[in-house]
Amino acid sequence: MSEKVLMKGNEAIAEAAIRSGCRHYLGYPITPQTEIAAYMAKRMPKIGGTFIQAESEIAAINMVYGVASTGRRAMTSSSSPGISLKCEGISYLAGADLPALIVNIQRGGPGLGGIQPSQSDYFLCTRGPGHGDFRLIVLAPSSVQEMADLTSLAFDLAFKYRMPAMLLADGTMGQMMEPVRLKEEKKIAAAAPWAATGTKCERPHNVINSLYLDPQLLEKRNIERFERYAKVEKKETRWEEFMTEDAEYVIVSYGITARISRNAIMKARKAGIKVGMIRPITLWPFPSAPIRRLADQAKAFLSVEINMGQMIEDVRLAVEGKAPVELCFRAGGMIPSPDEVFKAVKKLARRK
Amino acid sequence: MAIVFQKPKSLADVPLHYCPGCTHGIVHRLVAQAIDELGIEGRTIGIAPVGCAVMAYDYFNCDMIEASHGRAPAVATGVKRSMPENIVFTYQGDGDLASIGMCETIGAAARGENITIIFINNAIYGMTGGQMAPTSLPGQITQTSPYGRDVETQGYPVKVCELLSTLDAPYYIERVAVNNVKNVNAAGKSIKRAFQNQVDKKGFSLIEVISACPTNWGMTPQKALKWIETDMIPYYPLGVYRDKGAEGGKKNG
Repeated sequence: MSEKVLMKGNEAIAEAAIRSGCRHYLGYPITPQTEIAAYMAKRMPKIGGTFIQAESEIAAINMVYGVASTGRRAMTSSSSPGISLKCEGISYLAGADLPALIVNIQRGGPGLGGIQPSQSDYFLCTRGPGHGDFRLIVLAPSSVQEMADLTSLAFDLAFKYRMPAMLLADGTMGQMMEPVRLKEEKKIAAAAPWAATGTKCERPHNVINSLYLDPQLLEKRNIERFERYAKVEKKETRWEEFMTEDAEYVIVSYGITARISRNAIMKARKAGIKVGMIRPITLWPFPSAPIRRLADQAKAFLSVEINMGQMIEDVRLAVEGKAPVELCFRAGGMIPSPDEVFKAVKKLARRK
Repeated sequence: MAIVFQKPKSLADVPLHYCPGCTHGIVHRLVAQAIDELGIEGRTIGIAPVGCAVMAYDYFNCDMIEASHGRAPAVATGVKRSMPENIVFTYQGDGDLASIGMCETIGAAARGENITIIFINNAIYGMTGGQMAPTSLPGQITQTSPYGRDVETQGYPVKVCELLSTLDAPYYIERVAVNNVKNVNAAGKSIKRAFQNQVDKKGFSLIEVISACPTNWGMTPQKALKWIETDMIPYYPLGVYRDKGAEGGKKNG
């Protein structure tokens, strides 16, 4: 096991990607994720990899599409406004069943918004960002260690299920420094049999494509893809539970707000309120099952988010009306203090 | 009996969907012929556009990738950087390359990506039924310029070869036409050269092919070929716009 090093979240993502066998980074500058590009620009030329500062976010995601078409590990990173631009390309990746990693270090929106942290791309990213029926594996780290670990996992899952994956964090997570233990370098697997790598005149040509003019065939492809998604839901849903055994009140929160909520929970426990937390690690697939299970024991749920209330809809769907679900939020780049979350918990505990 | 003429090996033996009189078929053949002659089919990866040539992925026997509208040069960049020993080409129309994909076209050209771009300029959007293209001529009647392209409100056509030859990086840029036998033969040589350049790791090559779209021009195939001669070529002069291989990197128009 390698030793612990102190790293910024964004740098941990970059180094973990390289150690996961990624040799192609294609991006476009945007705050607050630029450290990823800067790190890649330094490292990739030294290890025989590719770093391209593309002419646009759109070009960057299409370069990712090109590398992915050859069966190799490629990634891009951006922040909210840039992710909007990448949506077309993400839809094409999904339509052509191509694996790739997209990192979204979110900032406040809509529009140009701000450059402070936010979770306001939750809807966009968990519903399949782009046109058409599709899903994206969405992983939400809550520490610099997880920034590294989930980057590696995102690549593995993307290739296992042949679909794009996203690491969804926020500006705080990207800028934060923590000790992190990085995994040893992984050997890159040989190119996939479906990839466009040249026929060598030895096999029929491979076609990477998402166009099906025959509606029956397109329906069939969609159904097959959703059968694959069902497998992902069944096998890859990840979450962490914190003090839920006896919880009467349950916070659902991910990323930076899960850390804040943890502090609020400690405070509430001291005040005698039995509160726990479910921290989704995969936002898609969403951990509905553990939430539904806790809905039988809990009096109320609290969704803690830094947006106007997006994940709360998934929490309500999971709870199935068995308990009330309230929202504790800040938006536009603001972050709640542990005290604000604690107050929200107290309010929740007072309700009849 | 000696075979004097046959289908190129890298061109698939399938019916093409193109309209009667369309010159895509000719250009497909020229591309396949170049691939055959250079013996590169097994390591060639083609990128199809969105537009009339969208189904080109079914027409070439090499590995093929379908790009989103206009993004083929970015996709080609990713493929080439991942597989530098492979030969990567894009096949794009005027709406794809010169309108929605202009940014990607200029980006790839400015980087001098070692790829080959075959650019079909037929001055119209064919697949969607004949709308004004960035390359439609002044006064040209289309579905979206029903009174003729008015340069006051709809601007002037984009001259891609002239535009790209202002950049430092491109290695080879030429405009050819496929309206008569002489021009088709010359176009074949140019396309082969554009692939040869990539084999030799010389850098970015683009061949603009002035092509006919009789269906959407509302002309017979014969009249369409004539219109290339009388109207298109005077506006889009044929010739080599950049040739870094020639002495002094001669330019002409």
